Amino acid sequence: MAINWFKYSAPSTFYGLAGKLIPWFALPAAVLFVIGLYIGFFIAPTDAVQGEAYRIIFIHVPASILSMFLYLIMAGYAALGLIFNTRLSSMMASAIAPTGALFAFISLWTGALWGKPMWGAWWVWDARLTSELILLFLYFGFISLHASIDDPRRADRAAALLAVVGSVNVPIIYFSVKWWNTLHQGSTIKFTGTSMHVAMQQAMFITLVACWLYAIAVALTRVRSIILERERHTKWVADLAEVKA
Amino acid sequence: MNTLSVWQLLVLVVRRDLLLAMRRRADVFTTLIFFVMVVSLFPLGVGSEMELLRKMAPGVLWVAALLASMLSLGRLFSADYVDGTLEQMMLAPQSLSILVLGKMIAHWMVSGLPLVLIAPVLGIQFDLSVPAQGVLVLGLLLGTPVLSMIGGIGAALTLGLRGGGVLLSLLVLPLCIPVLIFGTGAVYAISAGLNEAMVSNLALLAAMLMFSLVLTPWVSAQALRISME
Repeated sequence: MAINWFKYSAPSTFYGLAGKLIPWFALPAAVLFVIGLYIGFFIAPTDAVQGEAYRIIFIHVPASILSMFLYLIMAGYAALGLIFNTRLSSMMASAIAPTGALFAFISLWTGALWGKPMWGAWWVWDARLTSELILLFLYFGFISLHASIDDPRRADRAAALLAVVGSVNVPIIYFSVKWWNTLHQGSTIKFTGTSMHVAMQQAMFITLVACWLYAIAVALTRVRSIILERERHTKWVADLAEVKA
Repeated sequence: MNTLSVWQLLVLVVRRDLLLAMRRRADVFTTLIFFVMVVSLFPLGVGSEMELLRKMAPGVLWVAALLASMLSLGRLFSADYVDGTLEQMMLAPQSLSILVLGKMIAHWMVSGLPLVLIAPVLGIQFDLSVPAQGVLVLGLLLGTPVLSMIGGIGAALTLGLRGGGVLLSLLVLPLCIPVLIFGTGAVYAISAGLNEAMVSNLALLAAMLMFSLVLTPWVSAQALRISME
């Protein structure tokens, strides 16, 4: 039997699939957030050096990781849309962008809250903070370029090109710690043994998974709206039960 | 019909754009005056302590150069876009990337090179030492072409959009930050007597120049195709 691999690359079929998938990501995300934060706040021990304030890492670290990964994923979708001219890929890229920007902002915000007790300042011009800020700017650039072009196809392709060019910057963010060698503590999770307590690791891992699931659920919800908006003149949208109602 | 070699095409485009720029000399001077003014505003804003100014000089000069190059980027393609020349250029059987590279080089010679040449004069105002001046100029010489080239991508993407100028800066400035860091880093390194760090910063700038030289004309050409379709 021949499988049609591209069945769900059409917005009309993906719309229904996304609708079915959303609860499967949204509910686990909510549950895992609760579990992860419970472990993080009540079970994980107080840090020897940083006291209670370190607990913000259970939000800060997942948000930072997500903000960077989402940019790459967004750029990946954008590149797919640019190369194969698939509408859905471009829609996914523009659906991911606001979530990525949100995580970059949360990462900066929580970083500032963490920096105050640790470094004695809300903001320091450290390489990683600065890179995260640049990442936020890149998201803003993508979103505003997309918003200022009226023709959606041109907007998709122009923003896609920008995202691909900007993704050159993401490795620089990652290696910036080594390049500029400044205040920010090095990565705590290392592949050869870590310097963390087990409960801290678990909590961080669980909140990270929760953030991933949340990001997927929100991106799918948003892409559904984008599909409806772009395809509003088509017959299949007019035939949808929720549109008729 | 005789066909142009790549080199001839490049020279042709650069000469044409330079000629056009020379016919409208005021534009060139506006950028230069903007650069000088921004740099001169800093001492008025932060005070005239020589120690402070000496420390700030590389950063101030680089940021001003960055802003000045943003200012003139809007003109990179827009005049040709408005009068239809760009469309004809895209229909030409020659490589669009080379054409775009030519326009970028001309843009740099008009808006980047004057800044490099005037930088030592402004450096004197900030009491920079002679070796620091040399490194600053060398850094600007390597870095400002990168600004023109990265800016070219932004200029192509925002061609014909409303509010293009501000949007252009929003898109391009974040991408230019590494140039700023390495350019100022080199001057700070020489001021601190770290010759190796100075060389490595300049080497990174040179690497970025090579990288942009290879990629940005092609990316800008793609961006133009998207904007013009």
